[in-house]
Amino acid sequence: MTNSEQHTEHSEHHTEHKHIVEYGKYLFIWLGLLALTGITVSAAGINLGNWTIVLALVIASVKSLLVLSIFMHLKFEDKVFKIFVWVAMLTFAIFIFFTFLDYSFIR
Amino acid sequence: MSSVTHQIHRDDYGSRMGMWLFLFTELILFGGMFIVYAVYRFIHQQDFHLAAQELNTTIGLLNTIILLTSSMTMAMSITAIQKGNKKLAIALVIITILFAFGFMVNKYFEWSAKIHHGIYPGSPDLLSKPEGQILYFGLYYVMTGLHALHVIIGVTILVFNVVYLWTGHTNSNYFVKLENAGLYWHLVDLIWIFLFPLFYLIH
Repeated sequence: MTNSEQHTEHSEHHTEHKHIVEYGKYLFIWLGLLALTGITVSAAGINLGNWTIVLALVIASVKSLLVLSIFMHLKFEDKVFKIFVWVAMLTFAIFIFFTFLDYSFIR
Repeated sequence: MSSVTHQIHRDDYGSRMGMWLFLFTELILFGGMFIVYAVYRFIHQQDFHLAAQELNTTIGLLNTIILLTSSMTMAMSITAIQKGNKKLAIALVIITILFAFGFMVNKYFEWSAKIHHGIYPGSPDLLSKPEGQILYFGLYYVMTGLHALHVIIGVTILVFNVVYLWTGHTNSNYFVKLENAGLYWHLVDLIWIFLFPLFYLIH
């Protein structure tokens, strides 16, 4: 992993990294999340037709990315964790794709 | 060798990985419901819009802010224990628990109001509504209900972690249990990030 100022711990195979995220960074991310929530709520009031839901989902995805990478420390984890998450999300995307594919042909 | 030696075998890395794998099963659990939601909303657009007017956006927004803030205090508790600040870590986990209670109190009032207005699964008032609205409220109760169940489970896990911190079982050198509890808590937050706009913000 990235920086290991403290190379103190050794678990079985891996050097246990001890990445400390400062309080200020969390506060900053929290403010960003609140701002995005504000945008979602105000954007919902504007009539954008079918784009309203697209916008809501895009904002929700950005918020998720912030939570995943910073709050859940994914940014500081090994690459394998990130690959796992992408594979899981891809699997879910395939579910969505085939459900709608199936549905649009059945109707 | 390094200054710190371990008598006990442990694998924090593997522990966190196990937690992430578990979270993927949660993604599939809630994901399946989101797909059901998507299909029904696609078929019953008008009914979904009408039914969503019944929801209290203010309570939804308040609960969004509560959960986002609780996620921050949860994440901060890990920083605190990494720095060896036990008291602050405990305080932050307790604050997280209090936010969770706040969330559940809001949920209680929200659901009570709905039930008081005769809108609950299988109620005569609800069954007299068009099919799309019945489906909307069915999904609303199941999805926010399952989410609320996760909040309750999360609180239980956090209470255990307060004890672990208190007794020193979790400390600046060993905090993977707190990290995993945090991962679970953030997942609860993640799900709500999607539930809020999809149920409360359809105008």
